[in-house]
Amino acid sequence: MTDFTMEKDADGVAVVTWDCPGKSMNVMSGEALIELSDLIDAALADETVKGIVITSGKKDFAGGMDLNVLADMKSAAGDNPAQGLFDGIMQMHALLRKIELAGMDFKTKKGGKPIAAALPGTAVGIGLELPLSTHRIFAADNPKAKIGLPEIMVGIFPGAGGTTRLVRKLGAMAASPFLLQGKLVDPKKAKGAGIIDEVADDPVAAAKEWVLNAKDADLVKPWDAKGYKMPGGAPYHPAGFQTFVGASAMVNANTNGAFPAAKALLSAVYEGAMVPFDTALKVEARWFTHILMNPSSSAMIRSLFLNKEALEKGAVRPQGIADQSVKKVGVLGAGMMGAGIALVSAMAGIEVVLIDQKQEAADKGKAYTETYMDKGIKRGKATAEKKEQILSLITATTDYDALKDADLIIEAVFEDPGIKAEVTKNVEAVIPEDCIFASNTSTLPITGLAKASSRPEQFIGIHFFSPVEKMLLVEIIKGKETGDRAVAKALDYVRQIRKTPIVVNDARFFYANRCIIPYLNEGARMVAEGVAPALIENAAKQLGMPLGPLQLVDETSLDLGVKIAKATKAAMGDAYPADMKPVDDLMFSMVDEGRLGRKSQAGFYNYDEKGKRQGFWEGLAEKCPVAEEQPDLIEVQHRLMFSQVLEAVRALEEGVLEDIREGDVGAILGWGFAPWSGGPFSWLDILGTPYAAERCDQLTEAYGERFACPALLREMGEKGQTFYGRFGKQEKAAA
Amino acid sequence: MTDAYIYDAVRTPRGKGRPDGSLHEVTSVRMSATVLNALKDRNGLDGHAVEDVIWGNVTQVMEQGACLARTAVLASDLDESIPGLAINRFCASGMEAVNLAANQVKGGAGEAYIAGGVEMMSRVPMGSDGAAMAVDPTVALDQYFVPQGISADIIATEYGFSRDQVDALAVESQKRAKAAWDANRFEKSIIPVTDVNGLTILDHDEFLRPGTDMQTLGALKASFKDMGEVMPGFDKVAMLKYPHLDKINHVHHAGNSSGIVDGSAGVLVGNAEFGKKYGLKPRARIRATAKIGTDPTIMLTGPVPATQKILAESGLTVGDIDLFEVNEAFAAVVLRFQQAFDVDPARVNVNGGSIAMGHPLGATGAIIIGTLLDELERTDKELGLATLCIASGMGAATIIERV
Repeated sequence: MTDFTMEKDADGVAVVTWDCPGKSMNVMSGEALIELSDLIDAALADETVKGIVITSGKKDFAGGMDLNVLADMKSAAGDNPAQGLFDGIMQMHALLRKIELAGMDFKTKKGGKPIAAALPGTAVGIGLELPLSTHRIFAADNPKAKIGLPEIMVGIFPGAGGTTRLVRKLGAMAASPFLLQGKLVDPKKAKGAGIIDEVADDPVAAAKEWVLNAKDADLVKPWDAKGYKMPGGAPYHPAGFQTFVGASAMVNANTNGAFPAAKALLSAVYEGAMVPFDTALKVEARWFTHILMNPSSSAMIRSLFLNKEALEKGAVRPQGIADQSVKKVGVLGAGMMGAGIALVSAMAGIEVVLIDQKQEAADKGKAYTETYMDKGIKRGKATAEKKEQILSLITATTDYDALKDADLIIEAVFEDPGIKAEVTKNVEAVIPEDCIFASNTSTLPITGLAKASSRPEQFIGIHFFSPVEKMLLVEIIKGKETGDRAVAKALDYVRQIRKTPIVVNDARFFYANRCIIPYLNEGARMVAEGVAPALIENAAKQLGMPLGPLQLVDETSLDLGVKIAKATKAAMGDAYPADMKPVDDLMFSMVDEGRLGRKSQAGFYNYDEKGKRQGFWEGLAEKCPVAEEQPDLIEVQHRLMFSQVLEAVRALEEGVLEDIREGDVGAILGWGFAPWSGGPFSWLDILGTPYAAERCDQLTEAYGERFACPALLREMGEKGQTFYGRFGKQEKAAA
Repeated sequence: MTDAYIYDAVRTPRGKGRPDGSLHEVTSVRMSATVLNALKDRNGLDGHAVEDVIWGNVTQVMEQGACLARTAVLASDLDESIPGLAINRFCASGMEAVNLAANQVKGGAGEAYIAGGVEMMSRVPMGSDGAAMAVDPTVALDQYFVPQGISADIIATEYGFSRDQVDALAVESQKRAKAAWDANRFEKSIIPVTDVNGLTILDHDEFLRPGTDMQTLGALKASFKDMGEVMPGFDKVAMLKYPHLDKINHVHHAGNSSGIVDGSAGVLVGNAEFGKKYGLKPRARIRATAKIGTDPTIMLTGPVPATQKILAESGLTVGDIDLFEVNEAFAAVVLRFQQAFDVDPARVNVNGGSIAMGHPLGATGAIIIGTLLDELERTDKELGLATLCIASGMGAATIIERV
């Protein structure tokens, strides 16, 4: 297999083309690095070669590093994985540094061969780090191309010199959005930011021309030239000092101290800024090794990169079922959820029939898409034509006949089994026999709803999160009789609308809500106990939860909580846990006082007229006086974490979850569960099951039976097992 | 063990720490030598009378760099055989110099020391020596670094001090400092700063703003609100360490924080033999010294545990102490001290403090020991305790006892 090839043209320019066979996007592998290194050696040694242009045989340059390379480096080193990683990373640095110095005499900076990069499209991760090591970067004028270093998004940071080179090129301040937020930009913006040098119609031709005309001085990077000063100042330069003080504070404040990769990145930048370039690369390699050795990084890569992608590519799709791509979807109910489902479906090019009882309501649902597109036009992300085209896909009507050629129905009517049953019957009378019927219920068991269907094997749950267009996860629920084709249909549809699916079995609250509800309850329960509300919220945020439980209750509304509590009570009867009383008392009384959450501008927090959150409601302290003695932060955090993860374990134990990958990916994408942990099961693995089981016992003793250790966790703790060791389906976890 | 006594204490006036301040034209070396010479001359010492000069100074770069203590000795009338030791414990450097000297004397390492410090804040700006604590991510993030002003506001929030309370303390500091100057209470210790010709450059503290009242202070904008709430958002960092707070109450501003000034001070510390040798009468015994590390985020609460420690170690209680000097780095620091020990404000900083007269970082610790001693003598009291909060979360204290 050859990923890189080289061809010398008549002018003496060696063109190195990256073209991974059988892949749509170039991805760097360990073997490819060696190939590239050999080709560079050959070109530098060949006297007839005047210069080198590195480009791609595909429409894009490269999508980054195969993250399994890092895992291989680690495992190949046996009992000293850190050394293996460090050595491997240093080899990568050596290759890129060889390109950068291009055979020049380091003292005189003369005699090197010009090397340029020509990027036809997207260049991210090592796909940008490699060009950054060349002497000049040309990119095609391709507005769809994305250029940047998104490593931080999966819990690592640019570790092939990208961190060190970008900071030296742009300065710490200007580099920070690209490094700390993983910001991606199009080629024009990349040029504006100083990341690349030229935008050209034919980047390869432009690069060749530059290579043939480049002088010795053109090959010397600013940081290799005498008297180099970092733009904006190094850490102990007066201006640089302010930047670095601010950077530390902002990383701490914005990540709530919960993302080790951002901290390690910042250390690499700070320490690297004060030493010569080659030493800075070594420092970067040390911190990169450090972050790759952190279990949080492995867990994040596993969930947010490898397993997320695997689920999107159909890892859990039933075998042997033909493509079920949706052509026409009928959306029943044009409320907030229905309108959002219509929007994302039309955006994916699917024809939509949006039905409501009144034409006015259906029109309002369609108008949601119009408003969304208008906003996009305002931001320059959409055009008037695009808007017309998308709107033309949506038919807003009251007429069920419009559904007669739909191949998927998504019902999003009022959460009432009676209403849903009636709608199911009426619609099934019209739709084709092979049409799949899905309910977007968030609380009602699918098996029960399927009873209204004459084709229960074609009946399934497709649970969207709100707001539909923003949330990345879709939870697919199999009823008792749901057949494989319905599952495949739902999965293919979710792929079309570019979201991440998980497939779970039917049970109360399915998976996501089952785990979130105890989190919300635990927050309210602590308020009732007299724990300072700020401590509860900040404890959650320091865990990396996007919202504290009290804020989340306000967002989802207290009356919904009360409604769910009443329904659960009715369904469970005497089995309803007695320890829910303090939670119910607090929530019910707040609802009685009209404090329904943000929507009523009154909840656990106060809100101004515009709905902007202010401080905590003063009345809360009267209702639940803050106790003199406050618990430790860790205690509060463990109550919040265990309340969620124990539900995840029970869901696995009961077979609601069939695959822990879905449990982890779903938790992060569905409700923002501490992304640094990799998800509930990854978190338990990091914690260690023996310790987790022991903590369950302590929490049970202190706070009650809801923390009782599930038998599965108990057994795993006794055996010292990990969830990924026992249930992991992907043997080869990343880094 | 040998006792360590204070034989003399002097200080220069404090000049505004700005280019238009009167002492801006004077070098750190000259300021230091002025104090060393005054102690030598006032006490009729030989050039080799002391074992060492221990000199506190925070921003040890440029003219204050490279062991200023040694340079100062060479620039003074002391013999070249006196070495010179520059030390930095931030705001308590001047106190730490005195405490180190006292403990050296107690341990028998030399008969006498000159200890004190200098800070020419108009010439060598605060912070110009860098600070890994603020920018090295391995400490700045893990220790939840915030600037001192934010720390002072955390104290106000955590211990419940309102804007009115901190402003009232500042008004009182100004009132007391003015009254002290009007009554010539600093006369004994102030040594004018002169030029090479002996012409006076400054002979009084020039930072005071007599007539400051609640209205004038009320008009000032909280200094640390923007950096706390907006850019770069230090309040969120503070709440990582203090998660039970839901916001930081920003109450401090230029009017209720210590002033940036130029100044120097020195204390002559020696054992009984030293006094006999030079015919000097000891003014006070240095009864106890203490230092302690505390949480670096709230940073400035050190005076409380430092005081608890020094009292416990010396077998005293708060009630035994006649007068307190608690450095007015920020108003909330003093309020917290008074709150923690339930001390009558009438016994604390009776002649005003750093809010009114300024806080020349490296010198203040020595200044307040001198001020405390003068006031004990004036009011014929016995025991005094001086303490300072210190950057990066430290505290220091000294107890002196008249003899």
